[in-house]
Amino acid sequence: MMTAEDSAITLYRLQGCPYCERVVRRLNELELDYQSRFVEPLHSERNVVRRISGKRTVPAIVDRNTGVTMSESANIVEYLDRNYGGA
Amino acid sequence: MVDFEVVSLPAADHVDVGQTAPDFTRPLVNGEYWENVDLSDLTDEGPVLLGFHSMDGAFPATYFWKEMKARDWIDQVQVVGVSISDPYAHKQLLRERGLVDEPVALFSDPTNEIAEAYGIVNRLDGMAGIEEPRPALYLLDRDREVQFVWVAEDWPDFPDYDETEAAIERL
Repeated sequence: MMTAEDSAITLYRLQGCPYCERVVRRLNELELDYQSRFVEPLHSERNVVRRISGKRTVPAIVDRNTGVTMSESANIVEYLDRNYGGA
Repeated sequence: MVDFEVVSLPAADHVDVGQTAPDFTRPLVNGEYWENVDLSDLTDEGPVLLGFHSMDGAFPATYFWKEMKARDWIDQVQVVGVSISDPYAHKQLLRERGLVDEPVALFSDPTNEIAEAYGIVNRLDGMAGIEEPRPALYLLDRDREVQFVWVAEDWPDFPDYDETEAAIERL
């Protein structure tokens, strides 16, 4: 029943997670539209993230523009710069 | 229910049958995550039973979800709760009521603005600064038109679930 898929980019995040905030900052700097999904703080129960990325770590993004799913904030920031940073 | 008079709530000028229910965006909590969702995103998918209830943790919310779980309509309409509790409390409620894997979800509205828009604000006695929705059930079709409504007239008060079921069957 969950819909609201207006944004091409979905960000799986935790409240107050600095690695997630790092990705949020870059998404905002690049003026990209994204939908936040706040997931379970307990790592062992974060199955929704594992289903999409194969790992339970956050941040993770799903980009329907490119079909890319990705974890690890450094990788995500680099990916965003590469795909959306070119002026 | 009890052999003394319960507290009557003042008459409410609430959103009624035949009117279009106000749209809103709030975090919608399911068993796995929450995200901002528009009510209209849900009604676009099909009819919605919107259940306003007291803060998670007290018995009215527990009764409401026990009843929802016991009814077959959980697969016929999207059952969506609304309370002023935060998303973490909603997750806890879903877990405690065994609803994590059920197709239900809860909107979190700590500022009570949805209740304001629907005309069903309940200011709580003895809890300074806190208000919540008065108990209410809204059955909405795909156009967000109200097909059935029940709004509490007393406090506490509980919906007529058989009447609600009949309304769902008429959809």
